[in-house]
Amino acid sequence: MKTPEQSRLLALSLLGLLLFSPPLLLLFDRPGSHGFSLLAAIIFVIWALLILAAALILERSNEE
Amino acid sequence: MRSSASVLFIAFSYLALLFVIAAWGDRRAEQRRSLVNSPTIYSLSIAVYCTAWTFYGSVGRAATTGPSFLLIYLGPTLAMLCGWMLIRKMIRVARAQRITSIADFISARYGKSGGIGALVALIAIIAIMPYIALQLKAITVSYGILTQYPAQDLPQLSLSGFLQDKAFWVALVLSVFIILFGTRHLDASERHEGMVTAIAFESLVKLFAFLAVGIFATFYLYAGPDDLLEQASAQLPHLQQRFGVDQVPGGALGWFGTLVLALLAFITLPRQFQVLVVENVNEQHLRRACWLFPLYLLLINIFVIPIALAGLLGGGATGEPDNFVLTLPLSAGLDWLPLIVFIGGLSAATSMMIVETIALSTMVSNQLVMPMLIRLRSLHLDQRQDLSGWLLGIRRIAIILILILGYLYHALIGDAYSLVTIGLVSFAAAAQFAPSLLLGLYWKGASRNGAAAGMIAGTLIWSWTLLIPGFALSGWLDTGFVNHGPMGISWLRPYALFGLEGWDIYTHSLFWSLLANVGLLVSLSLFSRQSSLEQTQAVLFTTALRPEAAQAAIWQGHASRYELFKLLSRYLGDRVSVQLMGNKRPTPEDDSPATPEMIAAAEHGLTGALGSATARILINSVVRGEALEVSSILSILDTTSQALEYNRRLEQKSKELARIGEELRGANERLRELDRLKDEFVAMVSHELRTPLTSIRAFAEILRDANQIPEDKRAHFLGIIVLESERLSRLIEEILDMARLESGRMTLHPVPCELTELIHRSIDAVSRLNEERGITPRLVLLPPPCPVVADPDRLQQVLINLLGNANKFADDSNPEVLLTLTSDGQRYRLSVEDNGPGIAEQEQEKVFEKFHQLERAQEPRSHSTPANRPRGTGLGLPISRGIVNHLGGKLWVEKGQRLGGACFVLELPIADGEHSSSN
Repeated sequence: MKTPEQSRLLALSLLGLLLFSPPLLLLFDRPGSHGFSLLAAIIFVIWALLILAAALILERSNEE
Repeated sequence: MRSSASVLFIAFSYLALLFVIAAWGDRRAEQRRSLVNSPTIYSLSIAVYCTAWTFYGSVGRAATTGPSFLLIYLGPTLAMLCGWMLIRKMIRVARAQRITSIADFISARYGKSGGIGALVALIAIIAIMPYIALQLKAITVSYGILTQYPAQDLPQLSLSGFLQDKAFWVALVLSVFIILFGTRHLDASERHEGMVTAIAFESLVKLFAFLAVGIFATFYLYAGPDDLLEQASAQLPHLQQRFGVDQVPGGALGWFGTLVLALLAFITLPRQFQVLVVENVNEQHLRRACWLFPLYLLLINIFVIPIALAGLLGGGATGEPDNFVLTLPLSAGLDWLPLIVFIGGLSAATSMMIVETIALSTMVSNQLVMPMLIRLRSLHLDQRQDLSGWLLGIRRIAIILILILGYLYHALIGDAYSLVTIGLVSFAAAAQFAPSLLLGLYWKGASRNGAAAGMIAGTLIWSWTLLIPGFALSGWLDTGFVNHGPMGISWLRPYALFGLEGWDIYTHSLFWSLLANVGLLVSLSLFSRQSSLEQTQAVLFTTALRPEAAQAAIWQGHASRYELFKLLSRYLGDRVSVQLMGNKRPTPEDDSPATPEMIAAAEHGLTGALGSATARILINSVVRGEALEVSSILSILDTTSQALEYNRRLEQKSKELARIGEELRGANERLRELDRLKDEFVAMVSHELRTPLTSIRAFAEILRDANQIPEDKRAHFLGIIVLESERLSRLIEEILDMARLESGRMTLHPVPCELTELIHRSIDAVSRLNEERGITPRLVLLPPPCPVVADPDRLQQVLINLLGNANKFADDSNPEVLLTLTSDGQRYRLSVEDNGPGIAEQEQEKVFEKFHQLERAQEPRSHSTPANRPRGTGLGLPISRGIVNHLGGKLWVEKGQRLGGACFVLELPIADGEHSSSN
């Protein structure tokens, strides 16, 4: 019923939800440079990676 | 540069530019060279999500509550990641059912219920009004700061000074813009291409403006992010450990709650529904938007923390965190950048107001006003000729009213709320649509009552836990009930309902309202019954992504073309109606029935303009008969196919019965014939038996009674008696044979024997008869040996019978009989031919039926057969055939080839070598 593309996107969404919620979130909350938390920086990195993955999944199957 | 006049000039020039862009977009759409037919434009238009709240509020939120500002954008990112399934489904449904707003969507899902539509529209107005006020406030504040800086006392808002309030004039210009580009025509699809073009442009402007400030703050004011962090940690010691989860209200739980809140609100906010679903031109555009829009969010957020830090470092010069974006370039003494920022903020605010107002006005006119007007019989709306003007008028009035209400809200209580608070309160209200919407898309069982109860309960809890305390904290109400509960009932405290304490207010409100909402929706759905229309819609919504879900409402009803046309033209105007009626204008005399496609097209057209519930009522008003929905059609099809199946089986059965009946009739026919023949046979047999008996008895009596009988006469009589007795016993023997053959008790003793020898013996046996008639059978035989395996006595009986018949029926004047024996290597073929009248073709099989023989036996008698010729019993041929069959041979009759009479052919297998050698 579901295409592989849809399953991948669903998994990606769940992964995003998991990474953006506690308890994994609390792991990212560590002091970094000059005493500021690394949380925001890590979230931005994860965010960018999620977008990249989504773009790869969606644009590749678009060409097929 | 920052004088009032120049700022105003620039602001209104910017708005004028929007007009130009929107007009260009509309022109291109009319020329069929649509600008919005691009995934990038679509993705940018979704960025209407980023309002003035994002533009100014994110930085303020970052400065006060750390990374929690990110949640507002992470939620939509997650929603877009699964948007290819979720939002595409909504687009499919909306396109198939011509849905034009979220109220219409939810109402259509729950059986096109007008009540649900009105409920959603009402909740949306209550929820969104503060949000519009927020945008106006942002414009007023930013204008004030821009023109008054460095003075930072915010302009006092009051109704009396509204003519001086620039936000009022902006709202006015916007209402003109929205009326121009939002309600120009009543298109069935309700797409606003010009507006979307303008929105996409505005998204670019605000992104550009925000990035400009971010780069300025990070790389011009400071030497990059590292320098910024270093200075911040040095100069703001109390900032240590900032931007961590502990700074988020409610901690990790508050973080999660806000994430879910943003995720749900992104899908259910009316303006997001408008751009995501209604304004979508091509489903495939969503593919790009699913990652491009999150990327946009990431970009517009990437400089939030640097700007917040720079603003905090600016101290008194930068003032309130909500204004950092503007005050930061101002404090650096720049001229152009603050103006760009102001335009960016203006674009964020106006784009939100434009889309939101269009979405709300569509809901108000389609879900609230029109259904009411149509039901009000006193207005006699149903008799008016042209209602399309009405509809547009209602929309325009709604737009003006919404903006005026938003302005009033802003002028009266705008001061009390910070930007972030209003935004999240609206989010929490919009999230109340989520259970009905999402469950409705994936769970067929969700019912109208459940949805209505869930939304009402959720909204009530939302207002008790967020809206009313907000009013109270604005100083409108006594705040006592917030801290101690109404009338001292502590478990009803708005921020700690049922004693649930320690949560942040949004997560707390979201938890209780969604709990009630989902709980009621699920439980009532489980315990209530759906109407058939509801069931149909539920199936259509939940299966929208399946390829087989071709959705078409089929109408089984009657309406004349003219009536339908009149209805359409009243609401949609003349041009569109003619198009919908297949480009033909029906005349008033035309009472030909409208085709189901026309009625369906008409419903679609009306749904686009009026919403599904109203369209259904209107169509029902002219169409006599029932509207059939897919499920009922399916069930009809089901019943029909079942009936067809039954029919087919019945047909099969009746054919079978007819065949059996035919067989039975045939059998009966045969039985009757047999019965008749049997009767005749019995009569014949008894006659045949009596004839010899009578003569035996008669001669015996003569011999007994008459004493003086000459010797020669006596001997003659005795001869007759003997002859007749022989005949009698032969007859009885044959009848017994027949009986044995028929019962299968005939026993044969097959032994190898010589066929030619049997033939000769048989000819000898009938030689006396032949001599009587003067017949000398001609023989064309094979040279012996001709070995066969047969019971010689029985075979001879057959041969004698055949010879006797030939003798009997041979021509009277010149009788001839011919015997021919041939062989094909497998079997011998003996034909006995005479030159008699022959046997008609249709009689050829019948002669082997035992009783026909009797009939046929009578024929020659009518041909004055000589009386002394011994008559057959009529059993000879059937007996012969029985015997031959027993011996593995065949016996049949055909037309004689040489003598022209009957020709009986006897075929017997040649005995194999073993038999012949043992012979």
